[in-house]
Amino acid sequence: MTNLHKPKSISTGKRLLVIGGTSDIGRAVADAYAAKGWGVALAARDVERARRNADDIQTRHGTDHVSVHPIDILDTASFDAFIDSLGALPDSIVCVVGMLGDQPRAQGDPDHATAIIRTNFEGPALLLEALAGRLAARGDGLIVGVSSVAGDRGRASNYVYGASKAGFSAYLSGLRNRLSQTDVRVVTVKPGFVRTSMTEGMDLPGALTAAPEAVAQRILGLQTGNANVVYVLSAWRLIMGIIRALPEPIFKRLKL
Amino acid sequence: MKDLSGWGRYPRQIGAQTTAATPDEAATETTGSAGLIARGLGRSYGDAAIGRETTLSMTGLNRMQSFNPETGLLATEAGVSLDDIIACFLPRGYFPVVVPGTRFVTVGGMIASDIHGKNQHNDGTFGHHVAWLKLALPDGQVVCCAPHENAALFQATIGGMGLTGTILAAGFRLRPVSSGWIRQTTHAAKNLSEAIALLRQTEKATYTVAWIDVLARGASLGRSLILAGEHATEDDLPGGYKQFPPARTGRLGVPVELPGWVLNTASVSAFNALYYRRGAKRSGQTTLVPWDSYFFPLDSISNWNRIYGPRGFVQHQCVIPNEDAEQVMSTILDLLSSRGEGSFLAVLKCLGPGAGLMSFPRDGLTLALDLPVSEKGLGLLAEIDVLVAQAGGRIYLAKDACQSRATFSAGYPNIAAFRQVRQDIGVAGHMASKLSERLAL
Ligand SMILES: Cc1cc2nc3c(=O)[nH]c(=O)nc-3n(C[C@H](O)[C@H](O)[C@H](O)COP(=O)(O)OP(=O)(O)OC[C@H]3O[C@@H](n4cnc5c(N)ncnc54)[C@H](O)[C@@H]3O)c2cc1C
Ligand SMILES: NC(=O)c1ccc[n+]([C@@H]2O[C@H](COP(=O)([O-])OP(=O)(O)OC[C@H]3O[C@@H](n4cnc5c(N)ncnc54)[C@H](OP(=O)(O)O)[C@@H]3O)[C@@H](O)[C@H]2O)c1
Repeated sequence: MTNLHKPKSISTGKRLLVIGGTSDIGRAVADAYAAKGWGVALAARDVERARRNADDIQTRHGTDHVSVHPIDILDTASFDAFIDSLGALPDSIVCVVGMLGDQPRAQGDPDHATAIIRTNFEGPALLLEALAGRLAARGDGLIVGVSSVAGDRGRASNYVYGASKAGFSAYLSGLRNRLSQTDVRVVTVKPGFVRTSMTEGMDLPGALTAAPEAVAQRILGLQTGNANVVYVLSAWRLIMGIIRALPEPIFKRLKL
Repeated sequence: MKDLSGWGRYPRQIGAQTTAATPDEAATETTGSAGLIARGLGRSYGDAAIGRETTLSMTGLNRMQSFNPETGLLATEAGVSLDDIIACFLPRGYFPVVVPGTRFVTVGGMIASDIHGKNQHNDGTFGHHVAWLKLALPDGQVVCCAPHENAALFQATIGGMGLTGTILAAGFRLRPVSSGWIRQTTHAAKNLSEAIALLRQTEKATYTVAWIDVLARGASLGRSLILAGEHATEDDLPGGYKQFPPARTGRLGVPVELPGWVLNTASVSAFNALYYRRGAKRSGQTTLVPWDSYFFPLDSISNWNRIYGPRGFVQHQCVIPNEDAEQVMSTILDLLSSRGEGSFLAVLKCLGPGAGLMSFPRDGLTLALDLPVSEKGLGLLAEIDVLVAQAGGRIYLAKDACQSRATFSAGYPNIAAFRQVRQDIGVAGHMASKLSERLAL
């Protein structure tokens, strides 16, 4: 055959692990990397839905290098076996697992609150900890944790989610600090509002809302440079800066 | 509840809408439904994609499934858009065998309307290139249909306007192309007979279509520009041409509804005359045109459907069997130009048979035009419909908002067979649109 039937991109030989391969942001991230010739491993608890995304990426980019791996982020005991099942250690890791939950329900239902806290904080933190150890042993790699602006200050409307994201952000910060003398980079991404199934039906302000593809391009861009904490839309850095600066006696009376 | 309409923004209906994010969800929505119809990108003009009770939005089914570079067979979910397909596969050297005049349509919509393109005379309809499809039925089953598997249902679903069930996914062929450019040759035709003769002469070309000035009168009645096209090879491209240019994203747009009077007979007629004169100067010449402006000229103006003002417009496409084509076409053009009912350059084309039981294409000559909604315009279309029916022709359901039941049943000889298939699989009453209600399908 002629050069007609070439795949769209030339393989880089590199591999990305997306933890949360069924999420809209995770899908967009995987797609953006595959478009640049990366192999992609999608980890998800619902393997069938992750397979649907894997087939899509494989078809769009004419690559065979897309795999699917089962993970339940609440099953912390399984993490070492999960990492072993990946085969070669990935070059970059993006964790998008999260759970918004229902704040009023979480106030009266400790099980629900626990699920939110464990899904946003405990699970991702411990899994990235285990992965970071292996990357450090190898000597290089990129870890991206998708946290949230909701973690910048606890608010009445979503503090169970916010507190768990705050914990996750702090964990990433510590990990970054610990690994700063190595070639393993740790980046915290705070997307602001994103149009995904998590926010479906919500009335989001257009100027402060990003498309999953925009978040993905931002994360892809982290492969180079030395960013530490990224707000996808810079307006959010400003907004959260103001919110963080408000004195508590004033802040506690606000309806946010 | 949602304000629903087709691309013509007429008619408008308030109705319930549900959304499916996955094929499983679409199948669940279809199960036990009453008065449901699937909707893709809503580019059909009239009431085909509005459910009698509920409209099921399919654009969440936007995953591709597999591609075989040897055969060009692409499998996708039904909500994948043509825009997406071209963006992924043109850079790899493939293009869908048949495309309509806009790339903002879904795979499901293209199958359900059995769409035709500028190569219909050579390559048939989209349905001719469908290898299989997966259909969800109201009884909860999901069946695979192909030319040799559930063949009757396959045939009824192609061109079946969503009335046999919800298409979840399909496999269809792309053709290899060696560039994203078309070698376009323009021929000017001074009147209708010249236009028809030129359309026939250029049938050897992969693509051929005529832009017709429906407001020209007298000796110029039916004056047209015939645009024949071939996929350019890499060698045809001068240096500096990108082999696979990406789509130009619409910089132009119509941000608000224009008042209805902006498009009046004088302005449209002047525009058409200018367009014709500019094209006639290039008669006989061949130029290289990028794929998007050749196939999808209107897509560069987003929301162009707003230029017709708040009442919307109706698009009308008929096909007249070859025997009387020229004479009936000229009567129709006479009616349009003498009433001064202006349509921007309309489209004239030779058609051949479609792939499905209810497909619009058949041997003959087709004319597509649009008119702003008005008493006068609708009255004129009713007159045209009578001529079409008398000549044994038919009206395209994807562009229809107002044909009568009589015109419809005169034009589609397979209605009884189609109803029978609907009975046999138990979808009658479950799958129903405003269109199927209006036409008692
Ligand atoms: C500018 C323009 C140019 C056009 N040019 C052409 C042309 O050259 N040739 C041509 O043939 N057509 C043409 N069309 C018409 C268009 O191609 C068809 O109406 C097509 O069906 C639109 O696809 P859609 O995804 O928007 O479907 P919709 O308009 O949403 O639906 C159209 C029909 O398909 C059914 N349908 C949609 N999805 C599914 C599904 N998943 N399962 C079952 N049924 C489904 C709907 O029920 C409805 O009956 C043109 C339209 C425009 C706006
Ligand atoms: N959307 C926004 O506006 C927004 C804003 C700021 C931050 N974020 C963050 O961005 C990330 C992605 O969110 P999204 O908007 O794409 O929403 P999403 O689609 O709901 O993504 C959440 C992901 O987490 C996975 N998950 C939940 N519990 C899990 C478990 N126990 N084990 C394994 N995976 C589990 C989900 O898997 P299932 O598909 O199986 O449920 C899903 O893939 C989240 O961390 C979210 O907090 C989103």
